[in-house]
Amino acid sequence: MNKVNITIDGIKLYVPEDYTILEAAKEVSINIPTLCFLKDVNEIGCCRMCLVEVKGSSALQAACVHPVKEGMEVFTHTPKVMEARKVNLELILSNHNASCQTCTRSWMDCELQALANKLSVDMVRFEGESKKLPLDVGVSIVRDPNKCILCRRCVSACKNIQTVGVIDMVNRGFNTQVGSPFGMPLSETPCVNCGQCINYCPVGALHEKDDIDKVWEAIYDPTKHVVVQTAPAVRVALGEDFGMPIGTPVTGKMVTALRMLGVDKVFDTDTGADLTIMEEVAELIDRVRGGGKLPLITSCSPGWIKFCEHNFPNMLDHLSSCKSPQQMFGSVLKSYYAEKNGLDPKDVVVVSIMPCTAKKFEAARPEMEVNGIRDVDVVLTTRELGKMIYDIGIDFPDLGDSTFDNPFGNATGAGVIFGATGGVMEAALRTAADLLTGISADNIEYEPVRGLEGVKAATVQAGDLTLRAAVAHGLGNARKLMEKIESGEEEFHFVEIMACSGGCVNGGGQPLQLSNVRSWTDVRAERAKGLYTEDRGTFIRKSHNNPAVKKLYKEYLGMAGGSRAHQLLHTHYEARGNYEDK
Amino acid sequence: MIKNSKELTALRDHARQSMEIRLDRLVDPSPEKHKIDILVCGVAGCASSGSLKVADAIEEQIKANGLGEEVKVIKTGCFGLCAEGPIMMVCPEHVMYTKVTPEDVEEIFEEHIKGGKIVKRLLAGENEYEEIKDRLPQIPFFSMQKRIALNNCGIIDPENIEEYIALDGYQALAKVLNEYEPDDVIDEIKKSGLRGRGGGGFPTGRKWESSAVVQDHEKYVICNADEGDPGAFMDRSILEGDPHSVIEAMIINGYAVGSHQGYIYVRAEYPVAVQRLNVAIKQAKEYGLMVKNILGKIFDFDLEVRLGAGAFVCGEGSALMTSIEGKRGEPRPKPPRSAEKGLWKKPTVLNNVETYANVPQIIRNGADWFKGIGTEGSKGTKVFALGGKINNIGLVEVPMGTTLREIIYDIGGGIPGGKAFKAAQTGGPSGGCLPADCLDTPIDYDSLTKLGSMMGSGGLIVMDEDTCMVDLARFFLDFTVDESCGKCPPCRIGTKRMHEILVRITEGKGEPEDLERLEVLAKNIKASALCGLGQSAPNPVLSTMKYFRDEYMAHVVDKKCPAGVCKSMVKFIIDTDVCRNCGICKKNCPTGAISGDKNTPFVIDQDKCVKCGVCMEKCPFKSIYKNA
Repeated sequence: MNKVNITIDGIKLYVPEDYTILEAAKEVSINIPTLCFLKDVNEIGCCRMCLVEVKGSSALQAACVHPVKEGMEVFTHTPKVMEARKVNLELILSNHNASCQTCTRSWMDCELQALANKLSVDMVRFEGESKKLPLDVGVSIVRDPNKCILCRRCVSACKNIQTVGVIDMVNRGFNTQVGSPFGMPLSETPCVNCGQCINYCPVGALHEKDDIDKVWEAIYDPTKHVVVQTAPAVRVALGEDFGMPIGTPVTGKMVTALRMLGVDKVFDTDTGADLTIMEEVAELIDRVRGGGKLPLITSCSPGWIKFCEHNFPNMLDHLSSCKSPQQMFGSVLKSYYAEKNGLDPKDVVVVSIMPCTAKKFEAARPEMEVNGIRDVDVVLTTRELGKMIYDIGIDFPDLGDSTFDNPFGNATGAGVIFGATGGVMEAALRTAADLLTGISADNIEYEPVRGLEGVKAATVQAGDLTLRAAVAHGLGNARKLMEKIESGEEEFHFVEIMACSGGCVNGGGQPLQLSNVRSWTDVRAERAKGLYTEDRGTFIRKSHNNPAVKKLYKEYLGMAGGSRAHQLLHTHYEARGNYEDK
Repeated sequence: MIKNSKELTALRDHARQSMEIRLDRLVDPSPEKHKIDILVCGVAGCASSGSLKVADAIEEQIKANGLGEEVKVIKTGCFGLCAEGPIMMVCPEHVMYTKVTPEDVEEIFEEHIKGGKIVKRLLAGENEYEEIKDRLPQIPFFSMQKRIALNNCGIIDPENIEEYIALDGYQALAKVLNEYEPDDVIDEIKKSGLRGRGGGGFPTGRKWESSAVVQDHEKYVICNADEGDPGAFMDRSILEGDPHSVIEAMIINGYAVGSHQGYIYVRAEYPVAVQRLNVAIKQAKEYGLMVKNILGKIFDFDLEVRLGAGAFVCGEGSALMTSIEGKRGEPRPKPPRSAEKGLWKKPTVLNNVETYANVPQIIRNGADWFKGIGTEGSKGTKVFALGGKINNIGLVEVPMGTTLREIIYDIGGGIPGGKAFKAAQTGGPSGGCLPADCLDTPIDYDSLTKLGSMMGSGGLIVMDEDTCMVDLARFFLDFTVDESCGKCPPCRIGTKRMHEILVRITEGKGEPEDLERLEVLAKNIKASALCGLGQSAPNPVLSTMKYFRDEYMAHVVDKKCPAGVCKSMVKFIIDTDVCRNCGICKKNCPTGAISGDKNTPFVIDQDKCVKCGVCMEKCPFKSIYKNA
């Protein structure tokens, strides 16, 4: 890369020629304020917060998109710059429902509030008409257009990264808003509830539907037996809600905190993950040997499932009929666990803590029940759990460690890595290899399916089977892969797809990381690191070796893929239209 | 199908014969050769004042009189004198008739066409011609103009390519393909000093050059015909009156920069322009002027029309390109410049219609000819759309450097009712207002910018003493607020806040701090908006505050509108000394605000009055006055 000489505030720099002014300024420890900017996601220069003076140009320039050029002279804090940033922020604030005290973003860092502080905005000089639009409350996602500041990060995430595109700019001028097609509620659109829009929102305009009260109600209802299951990705992110470094594993503290909240049992969804592997591998072997539909495509990610139902309705028979770990485990808790402990399933409340907003939708799907008993009753996001802990004043970082309750206390490393892209594939390969060869393999780390490449493909030998495997994360990547599979351009036996880029660690329910962190740190990689470390530290790293799972099959389910397993652990899908009937 | 330039010239010479009577006035046409062409303006203002019906009436008369062989009617483009439309001209005498109605046509036929006598009552002015070659009557409206961009408008049938070819059409293209390397073309345009006529005034040759130097096999040339300034219609007139001049220029542009695909982005509100463009493109293809190996040379070019949905911002270059790409029409930050990454991220040249219309003549007549017209920094002519309080509403083309006074008083015929000139707004909603002491400034790009306005696309709106400058600024902001795309906060929210303040002031609710707020906002929006539209949106406010600050102060401090326009600050009062108790005002008042009878004095109930001014207008004794 060629380099160029530039000057920023009198400091001479020699930087790569593809740098923006913003990137160059970072090199000399100048953090130019940004709002709409999110590296690789939203680089459109629309919010006018990062304005700087460039010598020779009468208008101010947006540092986030303005490329450097040999000899360029930049000034980042002239009176003209400071006043422009301030006025623009005041204008944004003048059309923002600044009900900060009651805002969901008030306990997390609101980027707008932080910016107002940074730019020393002590009053808004330009009051006037401000928008009053109705809220859109769905089963997973709530949109509050009156808090929206039109930075368009959500739109970029939805349209460009996920290729879902159910939100975009509508109307013009002062009436511009982020809207859905035909103004429909998101829940009536092909929105997949992935919640990536929430992850990128700088303010409280997007958040999950709050279900915290339902949990408190169950906890304080003496007739209810509250059982919590926590997904793998939660444990490497929850600490971030309390200022801990990104990706810090806090499994033990999390269990302690949950007990302090007053729930009856704390289980690990990893057990559900191990169950999923048992069922899915059985299904895979069955399809490969029996000439069934291939590739078999994973069904753990509810965002992906809905995406497939909308966009690839002809491919639904490729989806594994396995319920997701959350639903499998819920179903087991309501049947086997209740039975064993002499509980009426009606009195058992299963609360899952998920890194995911789509899990709320998944739990509410009508088919997710057995004999009228819902598999999962309440789904909370990692953020919501953080909020509960915060609300009752628990000093989370100071907590000691506890372990999950038995009989599902010891999950496997295979279950843990479900939280990262490629994890389900790797866990499945570990089990498939052993089951097909009859030998317990030592070499169980499948590097080709790890990492953040958008689509990963690998050929794996498992016994006498040569398996072609592919992994995609982020729905834009999923779409590309699916189009190749559908057209026959590429052939695979087994495919893992996760809706969110990086997998569940970067789910729409995870603690929010501000744009100035997200832009320069790969949050996905940091959190995945935590999971792989935990995997390496577990005693049992293969799902089929999970003693609780073994016992469950022996005592209750029978064979993997058998009829009872099917009744409890499998589901079906429906083709969903897009806008045809609207 | 024209295969080479020889054939093109042969066709020109042939086609020219049938146009001779339109080009020179024949003093004494020989009777056996005497055929008649009747030119009727078929577009814009004339079309809306009924010129197409006039053309129909002429056709009927031709039929009724059995003159099908001798008399031909041609629907041309704009003559410019729109206020006097419908306009028609009888050739070879070149007699111009104005405000012609279908009912007049029979008389014209009886008297003029058949009788050889001019119908004096329909003449434009005295209809005097100084020289035989004068094609238009030498009234100041025409004599002070210099027509380059509008040269063919009003002569040729825009739907007949042969008439364009007859007037040296496509000769510039032939010259370029035969004699010029692409760089030579750019040099010639650079040498001519031509600058963009759409607003910014960027040197056209340099624009072409910056795209030409980028190495890419895929490049585009685009014509910006998204004319959006209220009241401006020069681009429309060119497209409707002489579409081939733009097409020819675009092919030349393509050759110069190495592009083989052009787009003309026209607003869908110009259906006639769109239709004529499509006809012209089709004919250019049929005649072999837009094909593979044009005129036998190794160069090919294709052109497509793209319709805009009427968003003002789509006249901004990057927004226009985004719109062509099928996305929401919004600007993007620059750099990268369009010359490097424009349409579909490919090198792109974007020029305005009027700019293109100059190009063939620059090539044909040479850069030196063009350079000889205009001022030091602004060469050639500029078309202005005259509007507002001016007698000759219409389209005029004058050399750069003509003064406002010449345009308004000599060409424009001054202000109706003998009222005083107050200000002229140039550059459309993004421009500024110039007061009376700017009347003698020679107008060009740089002088207007220096005065705090801009050339813009050439809208020129004249205001008389009855205009409130605060209300005017509010009006223009109204437009900008409506047309903001909503992408950046300074434009989306800032112009809205400015508008709210202006509304407040014109409603008599302004406070002195509002002026400060306006200034802070204006300065900031100018500095920080994402595109040219936003950056120039505060201009009407800034320039009126600069030149008419006392009027703002009167509104804010004294709560008075000196021009008597802002209703909340105006009172209509009956002077009982003058009033004769006739009751006409009471009869005409739409809200029943006036009471009184023969014996009781007439008074206006200010709470009921809506300040429509009808009473004042109707009072035969001038006993009602406005208390501003």
